[in-house]
Amino acid sequence: MTHKTVRIGGLTRVEGEGGLVVHARDGRITGLELRIYEPPRFFEALLRGRGHTEPPDITARICGICPVAYQMSACQAIEAACGAEVTGPLRDLRLLLYYGEWIESHALHVYLLHAPDFLGYDSGIALAADRRDLVERGLALKKAGNELIAVIGGRPIHPVNVRVGGFYRVPARAELAPVAERLRRARDDALATVAWVAGFDFPDVEHDYRFLALSHPEEYAILSGGVATGDGRGTPEGFAVEDWPEHVIEEQVPHSTALHARLDGESGYLVGALARYALNAARLSPLAREAAAAAGLGPVCRNPFRAIVVRAVEIVHACDEALRILDGYTEPDRPSVPVEPRPGVGHGASEAPRGTLYHRYRLDEDGLVAEADIVPPTAQNQARIEEDLRDLLAPRLAPGLDPPETELAALCERAIRNHDPCISCSAHFLDFRLDRG
Amino acid sequence: MSTEDTVVVGLGSDLRGDDAAGLAVARLLGDAPPPGVAVEACGDAAALVEAWSGAALAIVVDAVRTGAAPGTVHHRLPDLPASLPAAGWHGGTHSLGLVDAVDLGRALGRLPGELVVVGIEGGDFTPGAPMTPPVLAAVRRTARELRERLSRERRAGRRR
Repeated sequence: MTHKTVRIGGLTRVEGEGGLVVHARDGRITGLELRIYEPPRFFEALLRGRGHTEPPDITARICGICPVAYQMSACQAIEAACGAEVTGPLRDLRLLLYYGEWIESHALHVYLLHAPDFLGYDSGIALAADRRDLVERGLALKKAGNELIAVIGGRPIHPVNVRVGGFYRVPARAELAPVAERLRRARDDALATVAWVAGFDFPDVEHDYRFLALSHPEEYAILSGGVATGDGRGTPEGFAVEDWPEHVIEEQVPHSTALHARLDGESGYLVGALARYALNAARLSPLAREAAAAAGLGPVCRNPFRAIVVRAVEIVHACDEALRILDGYTEPDRPSVPVEPRPGVGHGASEAPRGTLYHRYRLDEDGLVAEADIVPPTAQNQARIEEDLRDLLAPRLAPGLDPPETELAALCERAIRNHDPCISCSAHFLDFRLDRG
Repeated sequence: MSTEDTVVVGLGSDLRGDDAAGLAVARLLGDAPPPGVAVEACGDAAALVEAWSGAALAIVVDAVRTGAAPGTVHHRLPDLPASLPAAGWHGGTHSLGLVDAVDLGRALGRLPGELVVVGIEGGDFTPGAPMTPPVLAAVRRTARELRERLSRERRAGRRR
């Protein structure tokens, strides 16, 4: 038997740091572990004893790319515990803020992190050197998202204007006009982005995913909804967000400091853009649906490499819906609704750019956080990403084949990036090792 | 794009002890920015490129780990990225760091007229840890010195 080890000094173009180790014996994969080796986040412990108004700001610090997702899931969980609900124009402002985050996060991933994989560049920077026009378009899109976040959230990173019950202040209509103007251009850029990425050369791969995403009767769910699950065939099943703990169980695995999640006893379900699209495509805005059809996306996309197309379609949707809200915007008569603390448990979930983000809080008699539970999307996807990698590597490691290890490593990195993992949220992230024994 | 001709950008993470040094300097300065100076805290390279685009002078403050005593303030390293101690400058939470921002800015023709990097040597980058006393002192000193320098240069009508 030959012994080979491939080591790459860190997976690039994902958020955070981690590692991947693959063991193969006689052409068969005997072990594959996505190793997440940075210390786990101590947020759940950190939150205990804090006031009911604090989780949105504290949990926003978990991620610099998707702080709004943390704020929204946290707010809704606390509000549910306190029997409050944010509706109407205040909910619309939350949607706007969230669309801003989708636009900036997806634009960063599509242009600087993911597209280079399809165009033969090592990085977004190398792409920028050759195709400045494309990267400038991506940065302009990202900026439009950042500006939307800043005008509502107070600043683009870690917004400071969000509170349990709504906002500290709401923007006047006039403040939103320049943002709307930029979003109109962004929507055109987003449509061009869909057409651009749809023309990439995609590996011919499909996985039989079990999807999980929020689903809302009137919206392509982002801020709230019930939990839908399914494989993209037939009617999805579902459960209420309050029933999450009965369906999703997290467990420790020895090789990772992030928890692995199981759905109804099974590991390896998928959250994120592909799941949202499979379960909710019919509720995309008409323009986004049109763009998806023109890009050749069917009703369900099971090829993870094509997730870049779905993300681009979601940028169109986010721009389109944000503009619809902005065009009809009237200043809410108050910036927030009262949220009086009371003992109880509240659940909240929303669709972070990378997938469903669930929060649960138990408040005690004094209105302080007694328990906190946060289930981020990348932790949920970790087992499924491992399965994607097994499916990809197995035929390439068959006896008689000896592809260069650098090629395998590059393929693995691409397969991981397909899911835009945010290891900063799930714990942290990549160092690739292949042991062929 | 900054509308001011000088921009000070703090980088880092609040969650990793001394890694918050750059952010802390930006906050101290940002409470009352010197005239003509924009102050920002940034999370990724794309935002950094945006922050310094069009600025005549950009001063980036970040925590570094070069082996010097914690709290040491490195004022040189203007010749990016060649002079950067890679371990200290690629060590952030996210994959696009300061070096990437410089490369991206160069590729896009969007570097500031002049780029100055101030590195504050960190000692403890443990998640959840507070900043250590020597780094806190260095943060205060750096904010004060930058304020004095930028105000002085403004009065003198020249940048340096």
